[in-house]
Amino acid sequence: MTDPAILIEGLRFAWKGHAPVLDVPSFRLARGERLFLRGPSGSGKSTLLGVIAGVLEADAGKVSVLGQDLAALSSSARDRMRADHLGVIFQMFNLVPYLSVVGNVTLPLKFSAARRKAVGGNADAEARRLLGRLGLTDDAMLDRRVSDLSVGQQQRVAAARALIGAPEIVIADEPTSALDTDARDRFIALLSEEAARTGAALLFVSHDASLARLFDRAVDLAEINRAGAIT
Amino acid sequence: MSAILSLAWKSLLNRKGSVILTLVAVALSVALFLGVDKARTGAREGFGNTISGTDLIVGAPTGTVNLLLYSVFRMGNATAEVSWPTYEKIASRPDVAWTVPISLGDSHRGFRVLGTTDAYFEHYKYGRGQPLALAEGERFSDLFDAVIGADVARELGYEIASPLVLSHGLGTASLGAGHENRPFRVVGILAPTGTPVDRTVHVSLEAITAIHVGWETGAKNPLADTIDEKMIRGFDLTPKSVTAFFVGLERKGTILTTRRAINTNKGEPLMAIIPGEALAELWSVTAFAERALMAVSVFVIAVGLVSILTSILTSLNERRREMSILRAVGARPGHIFSLLVLEAGLVGFLGALIGIVLIHAILLVAGPMVEARYGVSLAGTGPGLTDLYTLLAVTLASLFIGMVPAWAAFRRSLADGLSVKV
Repeated sequence: MTDPAILIEGLRFAWKGHAPVLDVPSFRLARGERLFLRGPSGSGKSTLLGVIAGVLEADAGKVSVLGQDLAALSSSARDRMRADHLGVIFQMFNLVPYLSVVGNVTLPLKFSAARRKAVGGNADAEARRLLGRLGLTDDAMLDRRVSDLSVGQQQRVAAARALIGAPEIVIADEPTSALDTDARDRFIALLSEEAARTGAALLFVSHDASLARLFDRAVDLAEINRAGAIT
Repeated sequence: MSAILSLAWKSLLNRKGSVILTLVAVALSVALFLGVDKARTGAREGFGNTISGTDLIVGAPTGTVNLLLYSVFRMGNATAEVSWPTYEKIASRPDVAWTVPISLGDSHRGFRVLGTTDAYFEHYKYGRGQPLALAEGERFSDLFDAVIGADVARELGYEIASPLVLSHGLGTASLGAGHENRPFRVVGILAPTGTPVDRTVHVSLEAITAIHVGWETGAKNPLADTIDEKMIRGFDLTPKSVTAFFVGLERKGTILTTRRAINTNKGEPLMAIIPGEALAELWSVTAFAERALMAVSVFVIAVGLVSILTSILTSLNERRREMSILRAVGARPGHIFSLLVLEAGLVGFLGALIGIVLIHAILLVAGPMVEARYGVSLAGTGPGLTDLYTLLAVTLASLFIGMVPAWAAFRRSLADGLSVKV
C-alpha cells in the first residue's frame, strides 16, 4: 500500500505519424497528495491524462497506477482499473444529457463492482450526500435536466461523480476554466476537502498558474515534458 | 448488460422526437407487411373453406379456374350451360352418389340467385365439412319460396315471409327488365357460414324455369306478363339446362376415372374439376402477384430498418462527448458498442410491436367491412406465430443493423481517448 498513486518513468508517446507529444522522464503523485499540474493548451496534458487513465498506450516507458504497470494490463483490464480507481472531471459538458443529476453521479457504479461495494447499499443516498457536501442540496434542482443546470452546478455534479465510491485518484482536467473566480475558488476548496475526506489523490490540471497556491505541490508540465518544450 | 439496456432506453427517451419518427416508419412498414400477409392467408383460407365434401364440379367446358369461380364463388359468369338430359345421364352413373345441380344468372338487389334442389341442403358442405343450417324457417317447398343467406337477410332487413322480386341478369336496379310479376317469399334464412352462400338467394330449379317463361329468346316477351301464376304452375317446369353441378362419388378412389369419363362424355362436351386442384391452380395464378406484394412489403421493412440506421448514425456526432464521458467513468469500448446495438434493437422491437398492434387494430375495425365487401374473411388472423416471427426478425435485423453505428462509435471511442472533442 506504499506504492504511489501514479508513477511515471521514461514515458514517451506520439500520435501515429506525428512528432512525440510526451517525453516524461519522471513524474510521481503520492497517495492522498493534491497536485497542481500546470500546462498551457496544446502542451500534451490531455494526452498525459489519457495515458494515466489507461485509454492511450505509451510507446515506451513505464506508467504505474497504484503500483500496477499499465503496460502489463490488457485494454479491458485497464478499463476496469479506470472504472475502479479513477474519477475524472472534464473542463465542461461533463454530464450525460439523458440521465438525471443523481443518475449521472451514480454512473461510475454501473461499471465498477468495487466502487459499488464501497458505497454500500444505497447508491442514490450516497449521491445525494456527496451532492449535499458540494453544496447541491435543493431537491428541485436535483430533479432538473442536467442541461438546465449552470456550469458551476454541472461541475459540482461531475465532482460528486468523480468522488463517489471513493476512488484512489481523482483527475480534473481544467474543471474550473468556465467558472468565474469566486465559483472557481469555492469549487477547488470543496473538491480538495472531499478528496481529503475520502483519501483520494487529486491531480488537478490547469493552464492558470494562479491556482497553484491552492494545492500541496505544483508541477509545470513544460518542465517535466521534454517533448512539450519544442512547441 | 441491464445497466447498458437502461442507458440505451434513457438515451432513446432523450431523443424522443427523432425516435418517434423512426418508430412510426418501422411500425408502418411492419403493419403493411403483416397486412399483406394476413389478406393473403385470409383470402386463401376463406376460399379453401368455401367448399368441402364435393368431389367434382361439372360444367360446360371453360377454364378450370373460371368454372370454380362462378360455380362456388359466384364470380364471373358461365359461358355455356349443361343440358338437363346430360345432367341426368351423369347423375345416374353408378359411381355417382349424389349431385347438386345449380342454375345461376339472376340476381336480387345485387345478390346472386341460385336455383337448386333439396340436395343442395343435404350435400353442400363448407369449412371442415359443416353442412348448411337454417337459422330460421325451412327449406323451399313451394314454387315461389326462397331461402336466403345470412348477409342477404341482414343487409336487406328481410325476415320470414318478406317478399322479394328477382331481376334478370346481375344488375342491381334493372327495373323493367325484372321478374316483377313473379314475386317470391322468404321461407328460410340460413345461419352465417363466412362463404358466398351468405350472399346468395336460393330458390328451386323449377322457380328459375318459371320466372323465365316468356324469356326464351333472352329478352322479355311482351306477352310474358299475360301468363299468370296459375298458368305457370300448370306448365312442365323441368329445367332445360343447369349452369353446373356438384358431384359426390360413391368411392373417393374412382375420382380420376370418373373425371376422365365425364371429360370424354360422348355427345355434349363437359368439364369436371376437382375443387382442391382447381384451387391450387387459382393460387398458382395469384402466386405471382402475391410474391410481388410480399417482395414490396419486405422492401418497405428494409426502408424502415434503414431509417433506424440513419437516425442513429446522424446522432453519433453529437453524442461523441457522451461516449467519452462513458469511457471516462469506466465503460469499455464493448459497452459503447452494445449501447448503440441495443438502442437500434429497442427501436426495432418497439416499432415492430407497435406495427403488430396497429395492424390488429385495423383488422378489428376494417375486417367486417372487408368481409362484407369482398367476402374475404380476415377473422381467424388474430395474433399468431407470423406476428411473433416478424417481431423476432425485425428485432434481430435492427440489432444487426445497429452494429454499423456501433462499430463506428467503437472505433472512435478507441481513438478519442479521454479527450473530449466537440
